[in-house]
This record gives sequence, C-alpha cells and structure tokens, in this order.
Amino acid sequence: MGIEVRGINKSFGATPVLRDVSVDVASGSLTALLGPSGGGKSTLLRVIAGLEQPDTGTVVISGTDATRLSPQRRNVGFVFQHYAAFKHMTVFDNVAFGLQIRKRPKDEIRRRVGELLELVHLDQFHKRYPAQLSGGQRQRMALARALAVEPEVLLLDEPFGALDAQVRKELRAWLRRLHDEVHVTTVFVTHDQEEAIEVADTIVVLAGGEVKQTGSPHEVYDNPADPFVMRFLGPVTEIDGQLVRPHDIELSTTPEPGTTPAVIDRVVRLGFEVRIEMRLRDGSDHEAWAQVTRGIVESLQLEPGGTVHVRPSPAARSLAVT
Amino acid sequence: MALSSTSTGSGLAPGPVRAVRRRKNPGTMLGLGTALIYLSLIVLIPLAAVVWKSTGQGPGFFWKAVTTPDAWASLQLTIGASVVVALVNLVMGTVIAWVLVRDRFPGKAVVDSLIDLPFALPTIVAGLVLLALYGSDSPLGVNLAYTRAGVLVALLFVTLPFVVRTVQPVLLELDRDMEQAAASLGAAPWTVFRRIILPNLLPAMVSGTALAFTRSIAEFGSTVLISGNLPFKTQVAAVQIFGQIENDNAVGAAAVSTVLLVVALAVLFALDLIQRWGARRG
Amino acid sequence: MAKYGLRTVALVYLLFLLVLPVGLIGWRTFEHGAGPFFDALSSHSALHAFQVTFTVALWAVALNTVFGIGAAILLVRHSFPGKRLLGALIDLPLAVSPVVVGLALILVYGRFAPFGGWLENHGIQVIFSTPGMVLATVFVSLPLVVRAIVPVLEEMGDDQEQAAHTLGANRWQAFRRITVPGIRSALAYGIVLCLARALGEYGAVAVVSGRLVDQTQTLTLYVEERFQNFEQPAAYAAATALAVIAIVSLLLTKLLRPKDGDR
Repeated sequence: MGIEVRGINKSFGATPVLRDVSVDVASGSLTALLGPSGGGKSTLLRVIAGLEQPDTGTVVISGTDATRLSPQRRNVGFVFQHYAAFKHMTVFDNVAFGLQIRKRPKDEIRRRVGELLELVHLDQFHKRYPAQLSGGQRQRMALARALAVEPEVLLLDEPFGALDAQVRKELRAWLRRLHDEVHVTTVFVTHDQEEAIEVADTIVVLAGGEVKQTGSPHEVYDNPADPFVMRFLGPVTEIDGQLVRPHDIELSTTPEPGTTPAVIDRVVRLGFEVRIEMRLRDGSDHEAWAQVTRGIVESLQLEPGGTVHVRPSPAARSLAVT
Repeated sequence: MALSSTSTGSGLAPGPVRAVRRRKNPGTMLGLGTALIYLSLIVLIPLAAVVWKSTGQGPGFFWKAVTTPDAWASLQLTIGASVVVALVNLVMGTVIAWVLVRDRFPGKAVVDSLIDLPFALPTIVAGLVLLALYGSDSPLGVNLAYTRAGVLVALLFVTLPFVVRTVQPVLLELDRDMEQAAASLGAAPWTVFRRIILPNLLPAMVSGTALAFTRSIAEFGSTVLISGNLPFKTQVAAVQIFGQIENDNAVGAAAVSTVLLVVALAVLFALDLIQRWGARRG
Repeated sequence: MAKYGLRTVALVYLLFLLVLPVGLIGWRTFEHGAGPFFDALSSHSALHAFQVTFTVALWAVALNTVFGIGAAILLVRHSFPGKRLLGALIDLPLAVSPVVVGLALILVYGRFAPFGGWLENHGIQVIFSTPGMVLATVFVSLPLVVRAIVPVLEEMGDDQEQAAHTLGANRWQAFRRITVPGIRSALAYGIVLCLARALGEYGAVAVVSGRLVDQTQTLTLYVEERFQNFEQPAAYAAATALAVIAIVSLLLTKLLRPKDGDR
C-alpha cells in the first residue's frame, strides 16, 4: 500500500475538520480527494505531508509509520495550490533546492534538474525567476521541484485551482501522461468533479470531514453511495421521489409501466445534446429535466406544451431523495 | 456528457479558507520568553519604575509633584501647544497630502521625499536649524527664540510627516470613480469633497493627528535650544523633566513623566478603538 | 484657482518650515568653503563623539536586528495567547518621551537603584557609560526593525517555508535559505531606519550619558554643547554632518522601502 491513513481526527479550535478518516492509497495510483470547499480534503493532504498534526490517528507511508515524522523526513513531494515558488531563486535553483539540501554532488544535481525541466517542458526557462513565468509554467516548475527529490508519494493541493480554464484542461491531460511516465503514488485535491473523473484512477469523496465514498471514477459516478455523492459527481434531476441522472431518463409519448406524465416547458438544443425542461403532472408540479439526443427529439416530436411520459432507465442507478 | 452543469464551481470558487494553524511548540515558548525578557529589561521594568517612583508614596505625593507651579505650567503648555500643533497638522498635513497626490508640478518627487526629513533628522539638529532661521540673528528678521511661537514651530517641524504620510496612501487608493459618479449625479466639487472624499480620508486624518499629538507632547530635543528653557513661559514638559533629573528630583521628574505616559497611552488607546470601529465599517 | 492656491499654501509652508531652515544651516556651514567644515569635524572632541556615536548605534542596531527578526517571526508565524498585547508592548517605545526613557533607565540601572547598584558592585557601570547609552538607544529604536519585517512576512505567507520543509529542509535551513532572502529588503529598510534613529538620538542619551565631554559625548550631544558654548561653527559642522547622514539614510530607505506590486 502506498499510503494508509487510519482513524484521523483533526480539529481547528472547536471546529472538527476531519472525523475518523481512513483512506488507502494504492502504490503507484493516481488518487483524487474530491469534495466541496471546507470538506477537509486539503487538511487531509496536509496531514499526509506532515504539515498538520492530526489529533488522533496514524499515517503510514510505504509501510513506515510517519505520523510523528516532521515534513522534512517524510520524503513526500508537495505541490502547493499557489505554487509556493521560491521567489528569490531561478527556476533551476527552485528545482535543485531539495537536492542541494540533501547535499548531492553538483554534477548530479545539474543532470537531474536538467532531466526534470525537460520532463515539464521548462528546459529553456531555467535561468528565469518565478515572476517571469506564467501560472501554468510556475505550476510545472513546482511539480518538477517536488519530483526532484524522488518522493515516495506526490501530493498536489488543488494543483490547477489558480489557473484559467484553458490551461487547466491542458495541464490535466499532461498530469495524467506524466503519471503514466513516472508512476509515483500521487494524491491530488480538487473540488472539480470533472477534473477528478478525467485524471484520477481512484476518487475519494470527502465532505463534512468524512469519507463519503471511495472507488473508481466510474463507480462513484454510476453507483453513488448517497444522494450527496450523486449530486456532487454530476447533474441530477428528481422524478417520482427518485434522484436520477438526466441522461438516464427514458421518454415516451404514451404511458408505460412506471412512467410519470409531464408537460414540456422548453426544448434547449445544445448541439448534439438537447435539454428537455418539463413540469411533472403527478400532483407535485415538480420541475425536472432530461438530457436526450437530437434523434429522440425528432422521433418523438417533442415540443414545448406537449406531454411526455418519463421514467428512470431501468439499467441506471437511482437513489431515493432523502 | 455535460458534467460541468452541476459542478460546484469551475475554477472560480475560492479554495478552502485555511484556518490559522497553531504551533504550540517549545520554540514558541522559548521565543516568547526571550522577547519578554528583552522587553522587560529595556522597556517594561524601567517604565514601571517611573510609575512606581511617582505614585509609590501615595496619590497625595504624586499630585503635589505634578502641581508644583513649574511642573503644572509646563504640562499646560505642552498639552496646549500639542493640541494646536495637532490641529495645524490636521489641516496642513491633509493639504500637503492632497497636493502630493492630486496636483502635478515639476519637482513633486523631491518635495515628496522632503516630507520624511523631520523623521530622519536628529531632533537637536532640527532645533539648531530652526534657531538659525528664526533665532536672534535671523536673516528673515523673525526672532522666535525663547518664545512660545518658537516652541510651536519646533513641534510643527518634527510632527510634519505624520498626517501627510497617513493620509497620502489612502488618497492614492481612493477610487476616482466614486467622485466621478457623485459629480455625474450633480454634486459640485465642494460637495464631492465634503460628502465623498472627506468621509473616506477622515480615519487616516484622525490617526495621523493623534500620532502627531503624542509625538508632540513627548518632544524634547528640538525644543531645547529654541525654547531657552524659561519656566512658566517656554518650558515644555520634557524639558522640565530633564531639569528635575539634573536637580536630582527623581520623584518630580517621574510624576510629570507618568502624566505624559498616561496621556500618550490614552490617546493611542482611543485611536485603536476608533480604528477598529472604522475597520468594522469597512 | 483652488488648485494653485492649495499648491502655494503647501509649498510655502514646507519652504519656511523645512527647506529654508535646513538649507540655511548648510549654507552657514559651507559659506567659507569646505575647509572649516572638515577642520571643525576633525577636532579631538568631534572625532571622539563620532566614535562614541557609532559604537552605541552599532550595538543598538545589532541588538534590535536580532530581536526584530525573532519578534517578527513570533508575531507572524506563531500563535499564543496575548499576541496583540506583545505587539502593543513592542510599539510602546514610540509613545514615550526620550527624556522619560532616560529617567526610566536611571531609576533601574542607576548607581542608587537596587539593580544598578548590584551591577556596579560587580564592576558593571551602566548609567553614565556605554551600556546605558546602548540601552537608551535600543529603547527608542526598538519597534523599527520588527515593524519593517512584519508586513513582508505576512504577505510572504508560510507556503514557501513549508515547501522547503517538504523538500527536506530543517528549520534553520528554511529560515536561512527561504525566510531571510524573502525579507531581505525589508530587513535592510528596518536596519537603515534603526541606524538613522540610533545615530540621531539625543534626549534619552542626554539623560543617561551624563554628557561627559570626550567620554560619553555623542555627536548630537556635541552639537548641543558646542552651541551652548557659542562655538557655532563646530555646532553647525556637526549638525550638517548629522543632516547628511539623515539625508543619505532617507534616500536609502526610499530605495529599500517594500513597494506594492513588487512581485
């Protein structure tokens, strides 16, 4: 096991931030800690790194109990949300820092930093200062700096949180590829479920200081443990007291077993996909929506004012609203 | 898939507010202990000794020492002069800050640098410099030596930067859009100043004025030469204390010192309250 | 126009309060050339005053720099009960009259005070001697280094230090390689402020030094003594020297002052 977290409790003053949190991170995996702001995910990451001391519980990294080890002895690579670039050092010196602290020979440092800067595509920028880099470049420098010390585990706190949307998308794909190349056990924190699903092979959902669910992206998306996880991982709508993904709704022009009648309010065409917004006629007058293809709209001739009959697809997982 | 439709915030959401972490380690206690010993040996115990010296024999003694004719006169002069100095600074400091921020003229940068000179110049040099221009052989023919006006000029000199340097940054940060909005709503320049600018500057003006006042009541070096040290006329409190120390009247010196300390602390405390009140208003 | 009116008022005020007096002293000093200026400053007493001034100032700056760095880190990076109070205590010296500082030190460290007497019996004379002058100077310039560093430490945050820890740096390494370079210019700014204040201190030193000519006489005391003894050229020369020091340190602080948008 790469990281074993057992029974962590942590409070800031009187506010509990982590409650009896246990997480296993497999060696060589790429795990996302996903959850809303204030859910405790960053704190958990900092506990793993040793930047916070847990009130109770243990952290085992690569088979060694690290709970009482200071950050500098844990051999973790930590990438901070706002990069924590050493402003007074060049890119080269930033990346070389950990190796210099470890008193490695000069030529080894030069070689290793060169390799890493190549890996993160910053080899031409080694003489620049962080202020002369873009946000994405700074982030990659921070990553190279963390990787330079050949950490047991790589921890990233909202690694793309401070970047604009386009750069985020690029860096996500890049992080996935990088992980395939270096295979270091990696944990990253994010509040963006799309990011977690796209990048991670395991997702741990944290909310209110508790682990809500752990599993592959496919598992947590399709088999959410509770309504909270379901809502957090993707769009939901409510039909007949059930939470359903809008793309898991079957529509028909005639009543079928288990269907509910609904009046169409709006038909929103978003390219290939179409949003059908409707009002349920089951006595509740609830608003609901379905995500369908253009083909279905055309074959069923769906138009505002028309009536449809809807039900959750039998193959899909739905959850009772509670 | 349109997953982002229920995303809790796509990149714009702020990260979790990091709680203040507590480092309760031996290092904190060691550092705190060292700092307190340093402060105690140099500042706290000596100041406590002053207060003890003046009040240790009871309030009657203290009162008697403070109300000896020359001590009382010096305190009256100090407080009165400092009030005048603070008010002049309030007006002139604001005007100078205004000119430095809103006006443009050649040599402005030099004038701006000059403002800090009274902070940098040793007080005795300030006194000497003023006496050269406003003394008995004044090239201007203005002799303020040994007069209360001379004391005022010396106090104005050393307190000049306070209001300027507190008002200036606020004025720089002040959103010009606000004034333009007011003007577009039909406000005349004076109304814009009174209703928009002044309320925003007021906290800084008050705090600069209070700092100028506390500096003024404590001032010694710049007044020594120009005041001529005439009891009942030009002798400010600090000079009076100095004389008492020279005459080995430690109790008298300590009593006037205690009054100065208490007045300064009261002003600073009130200022802190006002600032916190202002901070709450945003 | 109101604009020109305000400008005139401000400039005339500054002219008569600041520019003319300071300019006049420079002119008085140099009206017969630079020769008399240097002659006056190279008298035995003047040279001795320079030496005393710098000795006292350097000690005070060294002490306050060490204290300033430590206290600033304590105030920004650590949390403990009474933190606000500590901050207020550090600022306290700014509210105390220099003469009161001198009196306060005499009451504790003077020969007739219990502690001062005890020290004197052990061969340490504080008042009327260098240690007392150092104490007085430390007192009046105490907050300057702390207050210069605190905002920069706050703005810097502890992310970089934590990053250094995760990269294997111990506390000392993180302090020396990350914290100190990060606060370098603010530290230099604070040291210059402190040095300028220390070199120019008059009131507190006047009280605790005993003003012994050629022994405990600093430059500021020298200015006053010469002026009272009607040796105006010597007083003007020393005053001009102090003014030059003040102006140089003023220019240095302009260069070093941490600016917004520095990053």
